[in-house]
Amino acid sequence: MNDMTPTREQREAALEGMGCKRKRVEDVRFTQGKGNYVDDLKLPGMLFGDFVRSPYAHAKVTKIDASKALELPGVIAVLTAEDLKGVNLAWMPTLAGDVQMVLADGKVLYQNQEVAFVIAEDRYIADDAIQLVEVEYEELPVLVDPFKSMDPDAPVLRPDLEGKTEGAHGPRKHHNHIFTWEVGDAEETDRAFKDADVTIKELISYHRTHPSPLETCQCVASMDKVTGELTVWGTFQAPHVIRTVASLLSTIPEHKIHVIAPDIGGGFGNKVGAYPGYICSIVASIVTGRPVKWVEDRMENLSTTSFARDYHMTAEIAAKNDGTVTGLKVHVLADHGGFDACADPSKWPAGFFNIVTGSYDFPTAHLAVDGVYTNKAPGGVAYRCSFRVTEAAYCIERAMDILAQKLGMDPADLRMKNFVKPEQFPYHSALGWEYDSGDYHTAMQKAMDTIGYRQLREEQKAKQEAFKRGETREIMGIGISFFTEIVGAGPSKNCDILGVAMFDSAEIRVHPTGSVISRMGTKSQGQGHETTWAQIIATEIGIPAADIMVEEGNTDTAPYGLGTYGSRSTPVAGAAIALAARKIRNKAQMIAAHMLEVSEYDLEWDVDGFQVKGNPELRKSMKEIAWAAYNAPPPGMEPGLEAVSYYDPPNMTYPFGAYFCVMDIDVDTGVSKIRRFYALDDCGTRINPMIIEGQVHGGLTEGFAIAMGQEIRYDEMGNVMGASFMDFFLPTAVETPHWETDYTVTPSPHHPIGAKGVGESPNVGSVPAFSNAVNDAFGFLGNTHIQMPHDAWRVWQAAKDLGAHG
Amino acid sequence: MIPGEFTYHRPSTVAEAVAILASHGDEARPLAGGHSIIPMMKLRMAAPEHLIDLSGVADLKGIREEGGAIVIGAMTTQHELIASDLLASKLPIIRETSLLIADPQIRYLGTIGGNVANGDPGNDMPALMQCLNASYKVVGPNGEREIAARDFYEAAYFTALAPEELVTAVVIPVPPAGHGFAYEKLKRKVGDYATAAAAVVLTMSGGSVSSCSVALTNVGDTPLYAAEACDILTGSTLDADTVNRAVAAAEAITRPASDGRGPAEYRTKMAGVMLRRALARAAERANG
Amino acid sequence: MSDIEQVPVTLTVNGKKVQRFVEPRTLLIHFLREELNLTGPHIGCETSHCGVCTVELNGMSVKSCTMFAAQANGAEITTIEGMANEDGTLSALQEGFRQMHGLQCGFCTPGMIMRAHVLLKENPDPTEQEIRMGISGNLCRCTGYQNIVKAIQYAAAKLQGRDFQEAAE
Repeated sequence: MNDMTPTREQREAALEGMGCKRKRVEDVRFTQGKGNYVDDLKLPGMLFGDFVRSPYAHAKVTKIDASKALELPGVIAVLTAEDLKGVNLAWMPTLAGDVQMVLADGKVLYQNQEVAFVIAEDRYIADDAIQLVEVEYEELPVLVDPFKSMDPDAPVLRPDLEGKTEGAHGPRKHHNHIFTWEVGDAEETDRAFKDADVTIKELISYHRTHPSPLETCQCVASMDKVTGELTVWGTFQAPHVIRTVASLLSTIPEHKIHVIAPDIGGGFGNKVGAYPGYICSIVASIVTGRPVKWVEDRMENLSTTSFARDYHMTAEIAAKNDGTVTGLKVHVLADHGGFDACADPSKWPAGFFNIVTGSYDFPTAHLAVDGVYTNKAPGGVAYRCSFRVTEAAYCIERAMDILAQKLGMDPADLRMKNFVKPEQFPYHSALGWEYDSGDYHTAMQKAMDTIGYRQLREEQKAKQEAFKRGETREIMGIGISFFTEIVGAGPSKNCDILGVAMFDSAEIRVHPTGSVISRMGTKSQGQGHETTWAQIIATEIGIPAADIMVEEGNTDTAPYGLGTYGSRSTPVAGAAIALAARKIRNKAQMIAAHMLEVSEYDLEWDVDGFQVKGNPELRKSMKEIAWAAYNAPPPGMEPGLEAVSYYDPPNMTYPFGAYFCVMDIDVDTGVSKIRRFYALDDCGTRINPMIIEGQVHGGLTEGFAIAMGQEIRYDEMGNVMGASFMDFFLPTAVETPHWETDYTVTPSPHHPIGAKGVGESPNVGSVPAFSNAVNDAFGFLGNTHIQMPHDAWRVWQAAKDLGAHG
Repeated sequence: MIPGEFTYHRPSTVAEAVAILASHGDEARPLAGGHSIIPMMKLRMAAPEHLIDLSGVADLKGIREEGGAIVIGAMTTQHELIASDLLASKLPIIRETSLLIADPQIRYLGTIGGNVANGDPGNDMPALMQCLNASYKVVGPNGEREIAARDFYEAAYFTALAPEELVTAVVIPVPPAGHGFAYEKLKRKVGDYATAAAAVVLTMSGGSVSSCSVALTNVGDTPLYAAEACDILTGSTLDADTVNRAVAAAEAITRPASDGRGPAEYRTKMAGVMLRRALARAAERANG
Repeated sequence: MSDIEQVPVTLTVNGKKVQRFVEPRTLLIHFLREELNLTGPHIGCETSHCGVCTVELNGMSVKSCTMFAAQANGAEITTIEGMANEDGTLSALQEGFRQMHGLQCGFCTPGMIMRAHVLLKENPDPTEQEIRMGISGNLCRCTGYQNIVKAIQYAAAKLQGRDFQEAAE
């Protein structure tokens, strides 16, 4: 080797492969304002569509008169449910097996429901026209409280389901009942409770909130009447699914529908579902023969497209005096609003809520979930969490703290005592999951040591004494959360969306000069796939990430995949990428053997090429092999160097983490300050630590907002309160705490690169840490459980109720 | 969210602006920083047919001292209030309060005139102006008059200003050197209106309060000048009992709405807590 | 279409003079995006809370969704499209955001950079708290702000000829 020959380390560094803090490719365009978002798109002749919406939460629609609107110059048409019936689209199927009105068909079920779709030359005229559409309503009794949904005299919300005793997920027991979903062994669990030394029971509610990405939902639909082809650009986290659904609904053949998800300004689950705006834009374009754009405003976004959570969970734990847990019982009342538009894999009406046994070795458990209708917006999306996992994590982590309090045990010690042990993996949970890998004790211990847990408890004790003596009006809480996520939906044996199995895919094409284009079935909304997918390929096939282009979101070119949500991209598409790359490397090995005139078994992989075992001077780089693959392949071998992989995961992955929150609360105002927040995540193999840290920061900030005040509220008339950024709590840089991050690495044994997914862990894991901190702070005053959100007035109210105001 | 149509006017003098206002009556609205009216127009909750953009009226700008008073042109922005050396030395509470209004972008455009004149009980300046015993110079078709801030507010969005009148300046008597001051504002986040806020200006001599002024923000449908609390505090040493009585008197005049910031009871109590804290901080700052 | 008289608007945008007649109710953000095809400034909340529409106007940071184009008549405006160096390379702030991982979905980034640009003009060496206050009119849903703060610190250091050592977390 001469001095010019790069060392192995230099060659590795040049790849910018897995494990390196590669700077993002996307940023070059985003920092220059050259992102390409849906609303940036302008097509010749493009029209603008906008909705007339209901001011009432529950009412009959007796008349829609659009004549004045149609007289306004620039207004092209006004669509109502009657028009949509002509194309059989007045209703659409939801992902949860329900049906949903696209436009009000005789009645409305929630405030701001879509009543008519105005199509005009531009958005100004469309807004003017909305004011001119006259709608007559006849108000009906409003049902807001889900606990009253199944009262005998509760108003009938869904006359379309009258007499239907069987829903998509089994029997319905009331006209406002959607489903009951039961998992686990009821008898065995009852026995555990009968034999228990100690039991706890608490109603733990997780309030309704909303993902609210800064870019709202929007689309442009363009029907070419000559070719019969429909192109839809939209904010789609799952473009391929949207195309399949659009084809099934419109009866346009799938190959004549082109769905394109350009850059997306954040999704967080909001952009998984199909919304009336998409359907109406498509119909409008078919009717007018012109492209039609629809862009939600913020109020519409917060009040109509897909809320999250709204789970009311009654948790019970049975335990021995020494703290060993012996049984878990959970009942959930799930408020789905007017239609069950929950975005879960179709067979899972409550998502993966049965991960509710968490990180603990419960010998037995039972879970029942009842879904009900109310006069609220439909949905139930996974807001930066795998399906209903954040609700489950909140439920168990809060319940464990309540148990610790009852036992007089330290909550960290209680957790340590009950963790699933490293030697128990793969671990079969009482509610049916097989956890792939974990080392909970190590992670917890590292977290406790780093944050100085025992000292913090001592400090807290001293502060409590000082408070009792009247020397301070500030109290201190320490919130612990040790969560286990379940992500990577999912194995086709139990995961599908409307019948489409939840595999994902990658296609990699190496060009003769050794550069690469690769396409996946996923769709980044900020996760940085263009950067990280290239890193996986770089490591696997030894071509620098800088020479690898990643493309997603165009259903014409990308292989079919189920999209990006539920932290599934790395567990599923990430595996497909690695496996497709390995197919390429296998072929490359045969070509290299031919080039070096040795047997392929005499070759070994070395960073960016193959070398002869024992004689590393004899080597062929991937770049050289790529040229040969096209121009001088071994006799009998097809030219070319590309591969496709469709990956059906054998199991989910189970990321976990230990989060600690230290909080100071001013009891006189209820204002809380996060003094420290420490997040240790174990997401298995780490592809790009910089991006992981960024994901964790973002998820923690969302969790902070949710726990501390972010809420979609309704008054008793079903009016949605505070659906703007004035009231809906999105913290600014000033309120947002400083985040400390850390990690352990426990690779997934069944994933080709051992990665587990991380995007959603910080949202799932942080909410219980914040809430436990608030609850912990008030524990010494006799508090057992304070409901979220913990905004200042509610914390003040709790302090008052506990006698802290003297 | 698109505003309805309107005719746009950009006068260059106060007289011109008042003439346009007078000729269109209720259908015309002045436009200052725009951060109250434009969102209302986009929500179609306001639909003026004529908007009179005051940004071209040079006479409405500037901060100057006149006699024993500071005169601030109505179109002076919060950003300019924050940057003013004159205010920093004579009326530092204005800077303290301005920094708690909205966010940096909005403070570049938001004006003192808009903040005091539109009658939004959430605005911070009205209570501060009451605390400082300011008055507003108002020009209408019949000439100029001055209205005391303490007499200006009638109900939410209703003020003593006639539709054809314009607030052109606020006039603030300069408090004595060495006065103590504080504006305490509880809010959910940057950009929010107050859950409750209290403005306090006081002077101390020999350890007791020689003068005191207190006003409250967003705990009623107008700003609230807490006259009784002021009486209780004046002459006291700010001992615990007196402060408790003053806080109780201030709480008693609040009539807050229950909203996302909290129920009325909470907001009343927070007005008391803010007052308590403002008093403590003001006393600490006061000389004498 | 409308009986309302259109008003003339003359602006200098990113150094170029533009002249149009617009409906008085035309919002500045729509004027920039639809008339001038400057789609860097975005629309997020429409009620002046999120700041993704932020542009520089006569040296101030303003939310262009809450201003009529007519109000801006005569102004000099810089949008994110005018921020790169003359040779096309990324300016210190743009580079800072990339180096410090100060963005994810990119939707808030143009407004955030434009705000930071004016902040650094007024306060070339801000503390972390001053940066946090300075960008408090801009929401970000992805980053939790921590790396945005670092990105601005990076730019502040570069613009003053110092090296910024802190790595993105």
